[in-house]
Amino acid sequence: MMEEKKGGTSAGGVVLPFLLGFVAALAFGWWGVPQLLFSKKTQPLVFTHQNHIELYGMSCDDCHSFRRDGSFSGLPDNAKCAECHSFPMGDHPDEIKFVEEYYEKGIEVPWLVYQYQPDNVFFSHAAHREYDCATAGCHPDVGSSNELPVYYENRLTKYSRDTMKMKDCERCHATVAAQEPERFAGAPNACQTCHK
Amino acid sequence: MVLYLKEFKIKWGMVIDLDRCTGCGACMVACQAENNIAPPVDASNKRYSMTWLLVYQLSNKQPYPNHDVAYMPRPCLQCGKPNCVPVCPVIATDKNQEGGIVSQVNARCIGCRYCMAACPYHARYFNWQDPVWPEGMEKTLTPDVSTRPRGVVEKCLFCHHRYMYARDKARIEGRDPNALNEGDYIPACVEMCPTGAMVFGDLQNPEHKVHKLSKSPYAFRLLERLNTKPQVYYYSKREWVRKQGDNYLEHETVGGV
Ligand code: SF4
Ligand code: SF4
Repeated sequence: MMEEKKGGTSAGGVVLPFLLGFVAALAFGWWGVPQLLFSKKTQPLVFTHQNHIELYGMSCDDCHSFRRDGSFSGLPDNAKCAECHSFPMGDHPDEIKFVEEYYEKGIEVPWLVYQYQPDNVFFSHAAHREYDCATAGCHPDVGSSNELPVYYENRLTKYSRDTMKMKDCERCHATVAAQEPERFAGAPNACQTCHK
Repeated sequence: MVLYLKEFKIKWGMVIDLDRCTGCGACMVACQAENNIAPPVDASNKRYSMTWLLVYQLSNKQPYPNHDVAYMPRPCLQCGKPNCVPVCPVIATDKNQEGGIVSQVNARCIGCRYCMAACPYHARYFNWQDPVWPEGMEKTLTPDVSTRPRGVVEKCLFCHHRYMYARDKARIEGRDPNALNEGDYIPACVEMCPTGAMVFGDLQNPEHKVHKLSKSPYAFRLLERLNTKPQVYYYSKREWVRKQGDNYLEHETVGGV
């Protein structure tokens, strides 16, 4: 009897520290490491996509357009914004800041881009323009949002946390394109399709 | 892995007229500038030199007045059965994209150099040193071509980024990116050749000049007997050039002509 009891308590005494350590390790891995790895940055100005789309009836490619050679002009520059905002239209402090601090001084707004591709990637927006950026899972859905998400910068690589991962590209290139080779001719999973 | 002849609907290829080539080396310079190849630290060190496209000199070895030379530019020949591909342990190089260009993904290469040993044309180059650009010259780098660090193998890709841009342009203009016109996509060396010795296009497309030229009896491929089926053809009316192109011995006659 006594021996059995002794055995029981010592087993509990051994397992508990392991459990605690395990939980602590998980917490550190899931919560702590990302805190350490990424620094938070906010965009230089407040911007609402929703207002532009819903109140003023603008469409995405009024500002994010293609050049004639097929390259993507990406974010609008000051000149584009100033087509409407060359003087403050309302009284939002950031709008006044845009006009006074950036437009009138001729300084481009240092917007943070969540999705710049890594250096060894060739990516063409022209080839993907028939897909919805948000539903295809490439960009965060800022189009219908009222505020811009926080920008997480990897402290080591300086890449944005939301930079597309290769598995996101392969989700379409490897699986979908393999199922419909005719429709996706030219979008195979070949390395050089995306890498340069 | 490619151990068999890979067929593509589009096969980008070159026909290089060796009777027109003057050996000026403009193609080499164009290639170097376009593809971010750093100037050599020590240009006298031939073992470490980087030239994706190299101009060789051929000679008929006859005494004057019968002496004759020819110049032969050699990019990667984008072989139909590339020897470099099956030996790569990490699939850094492959021939799997429409167009038939043998790819090389530098970021994936582990630098074992099996591909260099396998390529019969010496078309691959190993980075012995990290590239160094003289100050200010980094501004002339092509943004669409990765720079390669020390320890990886690189080679000519027919300026693949220009292919991608030609396709993009076609898309935006509402044309089929898989049916590019002749001249939509031209590698830097071909664009720069002052004598027009290099012709580029789709070997499978009868509307492209290369299609007809490659079928000429004066066209040949380098070391044809190795059966690597390159997508680069050479063209010469001089028999001794064609013979040297395939290492024919004195007593052999060139097939076909
Ligand atoms: S050197 Fe690079 S490309 Fe060549 S076989 Fe080795 S890993 Fe492949
Ligand atoms: S020329 Fe050499 S590197 Fe180019 S495809 Fe042929 S075997 Fe490979």
